[in-house]
Amino acid sequence: MVRDIIELSDLTKKYGSFAAVDNLNLTIRKGEIFGLLGPNGAGKSTTILMMLGLTDPTSGSVKVCGIDSTSNPIEVKKKVGYLPEDIGFYDDCTGLENLMFTARLNRIPYKEAMQKAGHLLDQVGLSDEVKKKTGKYSRGMRQRLGLADVLIKDPEVIILDEPTLGIDPKGVQEFLELVIQMRNEKELTILVCSHHLHQMQQVCDRVGIFVKGKLIAEGDINSLSQKLFSARPFMIEAGISHDSNVVSDSGGKVFKEEQLNDALKNINGVLSVNLENNVFQIGCSHNVAPEIAKAIVVSGAGLNFLYKKEYGLNEIYNRYFEGGE
Amino acid sequence: MKYITAISKEVNNMDNLVKQVLQRMDKWELKIRQFFGRLNISDRNRNNDGIIHPFRVIVNKEISDHVKSFRFIVLIAIIALTCLGSVYTAIHNIGSSIKPNDPEGSFLFLRLFTVSDNTMPPFFVFISFLGPLLGIGLGFDAINSEQTRGTLSRILSQPIHRDYLINAKFIAALTVISILFFALGFLVMGAGLIATGIPPTAEEFMRIVFFILLSIIYVSFWLNLSILFSVRFHQPATSALSCIAIWLFFTVFYTMIVDLITKPLTPSEFATAQQVFNYETIKINLLRILPSELFSEATTTLLMPSVRTLGPLTMEQVYGAIPSPLPLGQSVLLVWPQVTGLIAATILCFVLSYVSFMRREIRSR
Repeated sequence: MVRDIIELSDLTKKYGSFAAVDNLNLTIRKGEIFGLLGPNGAGKSTTILMMLGLTDPTSGSVKVCGIDSTSNPIEVKKKVGYLPEDIGFYDDCTGLENLMFTARLNRIPYKEAMQKAGHLLDQVGLSDEVKKKTGKYSRGMRQRLGLADVLIKDPEVIILDEPTLGIDPKGVQEFLELVIQMRNEKELTILVCSHHLHQMQQVCDRVGIFVKGKLIAEGDINSLSQKLFSARPFMIEAGISHDSNVVSDSGGKVFKEEQLNDALKNINGVLSVNLENNVFQIGCSHNVAPEIAKAIVVSGAGLNFLYKKEYGLNEIYNRYFEGGE
Repeated sequence: MKYITAISKEVNNMDNLVKQVLQRMDKWELKIRQFFGRLNISDRNRNNDGIIHPFRVIVNKEISDHVKSFRFIVLIAIIALTCLGSVYTAIHNIGSSIKPNDPEGSFLFLRLFTVSDNTMPPFFVFISFLGPLLGIGLGFDAINSEQTRGTLSRILSQPIHRDYLINAKFIAALTVISILFFALGFLVMGAGLIATGIPPTAEEFMRIVFFILLSIIYVSFWLNLSILFSVRFHQPATSALSCIAIWLFFTVFYTMIVDLITKPLTPSEFATAQQVFNYETIKINLLRILPSELFSEATTTLLMPSVRTLGPLTMEQVYGAIPSPLPLGQSVLLVWPQVTGLIAATILCFVLSYVSFMRREIRSR
């Protein structure tokens, strides 16, 4: 059964005359991992705070699991686990004590909480560090403890705010795998906020791109790139070199490049050719990479690389965020 | 042989006595247990599954944080040492402090808290001086340290009301202060009991209890002021410094300023009684803005039963009065305005910090 678990409608938050979140409409379905992407200061964190009732919206409504977050934040907070950006723990307590504190704030009976905490610490791979004070934890360990802390109340939804910030690539990989594993085991709905595109590309079912308080695009990554770049031609980049084994006479260089330029333009399907720093940017209507390679080789230039540009999240991002920050 | 049987009889008697006492203690223990058991059952904060109400969880945690913290140990050490010193001097001078026909002669025990030989201030002056430090020490980083540690948003994203946190901070610090002061006060009383051999009368005991309660209110004023600053300022250092600045201003500079203001108003030596009276009233009312002034007025009245008034008196009013100590009820009546003022200031600080905490947006770090 697919059900909308987070519904934001006409959500607006203004600080003075500045609109941090501007008429946001968004629905997140049960069981999906949704990535909210945007540059710093786009209003992602503000949106999350409004979902948890930690700040009041100027207008519009937030509903999480069908409960209004503004008027009934306690009920919402029972169902939502929130991992804040750069989560903090009581440094002079151990990881277990920190977890137990959260558990008991959620009215989980002592024995049950102990069991759960032990199990979760095991799952996030911290069972060896139970007795260690959190002040001595590394950034990655703190983040994993944060995930355990979020999961101890058996939430229906978890919200992760910049979860991969400041963790090394291996740690990020492990953390994201952990998130996906948790989702699969517990049928959670996950909302991730980030500006790290590639990491989100790995885990998110759907993404929303959020700039200056507005959601400018929404959907899974394939459909997003199709929507944005369908009108654009293929882009093929070819790096060439002209050295060594090519016999050169005086002025031959310029002549050769022009010759190659013409040769490339004559290939059927090529729309535009552009040379910059020994790299040809070739726009074409369909994939003509083999012909291009052939033309370059025939012209006598060395072919360094031939690369078909994919429109990943990065391009989508750049397209939208130009001047975003 | 006769002696031996007598001794063994005595021993048997003693044995029986001890047994009886033990039995009685057992009974009492049972009764106490039953009493607390009943309390627990009627306590809506706790139910059968061992679930503690989240508010209690936070309070417990805060108390244990306070008690374990190095800062608190240092504060306790300072206070305990100074109290020890002042009690020591008081016990030494208590004999010479009583003059014949002294109306306070019957309140020997209270002298433990007020007597000194000018090398060391008496107990109650120490409390009025170090109490603020204790209050500030317990509260100046209440909220902003949670913010800088990043735990604030984590706690508030749990299903609890937002005011639980600030209320729990206040209640925890108040509990710690109360226990500390009652312990200190009773220890001083115990020391006095051992040193002088004279037990306190019921009235003296009540006066001391009132004094301790008053000290707790006074310290909780400073506690709330520092909590207010901890909500307003993001850096614990800033809030600690501003609290200490206010404390210094109140203890050192304010009286100087009052002197400066009232100097031009000083009546000439030919002034009428009314003018002098007005001048004194203005001066004392200006001073009464100080919480420490309110506290010291209230404590002197409570600890020195012969204090009959806290403002200027005309000869007419004094005329015919018998120089005898006031009964407890009258002393309490006399300090009622001071106590009310202190409580009002405390509540004002708490309300301000409560409102600004409830309205603020909880950001991570």
